[in-house]
Amino acid sequence: MENISSLSGVQKDELMDQVKQQIAVANAQELLTKMTEKCFKKCISKPGTSLDSSEQKCVAMCMDRYMDSWNLVSKAYSLRIQRERSHM
Amino acid sequence: MTDLDSYSSGLESKGGDKELQEFLMVEKQKAQFNAQIHEFNDFCWEKCVDKPSNKLDSKTETCLTNCVDRFIDVSLLITNRFAQLLQKSGGM
Repeated sequence: MENISSLSGVQKDELMDQVKQQIAVANAQELLTKMTEKCFKKCISKPGTSLDSSEQKCVAMCMDRYMDSWNLVSKAYSLRIQRERSHM
Repeated sequence: MTDLDSYSSGLESKGGDKELQEFLMVEKQKAQFNAQIHEFNDFCWEKCVDKPSNKLDSKTETCLTNCVDRFIDVSLLITNRFAQLLQKSGGM
């Protein structure tokens, strides 16, 4: 990191892209981990010798709903931040 | 986000690149916002969502939205009351 201030414009763009990409990957990983945990909990009450079709359907639906929920929470949180800002 | 932290503070101490500093600050804020949503969604999901079905029904949607707002209310309430308690006890 010692020559950070002498990066060229192209290098800087590359660096910023990398940072963005790493953050996006970390974000996706977090979502995956959480979804797996939550949907396992909701859909597999008694683990059998294989995932049966109703469990698979449940997991698929659960994933979709988890993402719906994520978007909804995200919207509610942004709205709240906006409201708090306008009160300041 | 410790990596980003040490990185951006390293830049500051060197009086480094303004554009990069700005960029990292914005990205850090976005990452914090995202982390907060993951956390909210984690426990509001537990509170509000029953068996996953074809779509989130309106009751669940209302519950999720309220969950976020009430959590922030509680957080603010506790922070304020805690500050008052500290003041009353002579502060730290």
